[in-house]
Amino acid sequence: MAAIHIRDVAVSFPLYHGESRSLKKTVFAAASGRLGQDRKHRLVVEALRNINFSLKSGDKIGFVGSNGAGKTTLLRTMAGIYEPVSGRIDIEGDVTALLDAGQGMNFELTGRENIRLRGLFNGLNDEQIELLQADVADFAELDQFLELPVRTYSSGMVVRLGFGLATSIKPQILLMDEWIMAGDASFMDKAKQRVETMVRGAEILVLSTHSADIILQWCNRVIWMDKGQIKADGTPEEILSAYLTPEQLALAKSNLLKVAA
Amino acid sequence: MNMTMLPGRGLEADMDVSRASGTAEHSVSIVAAHDWRGRFAMAATDLRDTASLWRLVWTLSVLDIRLRYRGSILGPFWLTLSTAVMIGALGFLYSRLFHTDTHTYLPFLSLSLVLWGFLSNLTSEGCTCFTGAETMIRAMRMPLSLHAARVVVRNILVLAHNVLVIVAVFLIMGTVPGIYSFTIIPAFALWVVDGLAIGLMLGVLCARFRDIPPIVGSIMQIAFFVSPVLWSPTILAHRGIGIVLVKWNPFFALLEIMRGPLLGAPIELETWAIALGYSAILILLSAISFTRARARIAYWV
Repeated sequence: MAAIHIRDVAVSFPLYHGESRSLKKTVFAAASGRLGQDRKHRLVVEALRNINFSLKSGDKIGFVGSNGAGKTTLLRTMAGIYEPVSGRIDIEGDVTALLDAGQGMNFELTGRENIRLRGLFNGLNDEQIELLQADVADFAELDQFLELPVRTYSSGMVVRLGFGLATSIKPQILLMDEWIMAGDASFMDKAKQRVETMVRGAEILVLSTHSADIILQWCNRVIWMDKGQIKADGTPEEILSAYLTPEQLALAKSNLLKVAA
Repeated sequence: MNMTMLPGRGLEADMDVSRASGTAEHSVSIVAAHDWRGRFAMAATDLRDTASLWRLVWTLSVLDIRLRYRGSILGPFWLTLSTAVMIGALGFLYSRLFHTDTHTYLPFLSLSLVLWGFLSNLTSEGCTCFTGAETMIRAMRMPLSLHAARVVVRNILVLAHNVLVIVAVFLIMGTVPGIYSFTIIPAFALWVVDGLAIGLMLGVLCARFRDIPPIVGSIMQIAFFVSPVLWSPTILAHRGIGIVLVKWNPFFALLEIMRGPLLGAPIELETWAIALGYSAILILLSAISFTRARARIAYWV
């Protein structure tokens, strides 16, 4: 069974390249009130503080919060990209992170080559890589573009390729940032189908978004991030009614009904 | 920090892309460690994971080379050709300047230039091994030493193209490799280990301090001229300064364990001892910097 346990996690970014510390300090402190100093008195931005939560199979969790609240940093930390300065993260199960559309792809290489690299990263053999290429190309509707460098793709194609790549190698835990909502309507349907198949198999979905519709559609739990800390944790109803104004919530619900209809 | 991660073990792909290895789930623990033992364990795991991803390292390196020459007719053989032209031109000029016979000078020069090219590309590309892989580092968790290994393998591929020039020069000049030529096998193994150490150390330093790459560039340029690369160390044999420039020069020791045996020199235990000594220092410094900074690289790039 997949699970994630996050205990007392803190993440801070060092500010090395600033010349005028005091100016930076003032600006940042005014902006967020989140500047601190680490053990060696270097100036750092405390991106995450005192993060504690656990996820189990079947959890479909959404992160909400204003820009700069630490949602993406938390996703990156859960993916193991940023290692925390304190605390610990225990992840049981295979993780795939959809953090940016590029997916670490080399845009100079062709779609086929990028898929091959991902397959090798996941320890697949040549036969499996061919199946992977066929599957991803089919999902992303790339056709003859598969043999062209990714930089020649439209942004929609890049998103589809990245999404196909991340979901084709079936993860038990999927971490998604809000960029995925940039797709067109038909892509959204396809993406939703694909994620739903994955989530149905008792996997974990973690989603960071500004969109209440998406939360109501996909999530059964919401964490509200504010200034790098967890402000609230509960069901979508509870959190959204506190996070949004009543009008916004009503609008999101009516949108949801439209989608359902 | 602590982690036990091997990306991909047990990942299951859609459709018929079946599990890579069994059904065992794997778990990752990332623990913020402030002690050296924990950090060292993490760095060791990182290197082990890179070793298990050798196919990815190989493919990335091959694609790097292919990409560099995509669309050109000669492809990577431009490497061979430009090296050949360089050695031809310099060889005739310098054999005049140094009053040496082209039959002894050209084989020496071809070996020196090709090996130096490998070393100098390794250092300059080692500087950017992490900063250049920023998109990969930020997109997913993968062992970081993989990026240093990629630089080493890529440069070995470049070297393989340039070796053709050395073979051609040896054939044309009728040079016969010495009987101790087999010792270039352990010597090259040492080069590979040193290359990885250089990549890890410079990669970490350059990710953190952006002023390092130009400094490394200047040092390598000076080292090229003061080390016996273009000129034979025998020129300095009877002058006092030769001891400093030749004997205690780490570049000379490393070059000589490869170059000497091929040009028919006997095995110099002292040169080997110096090369191994400097390598030990390099590996130690590299281990310290990588162990110390591994967890922070993602923040720096």
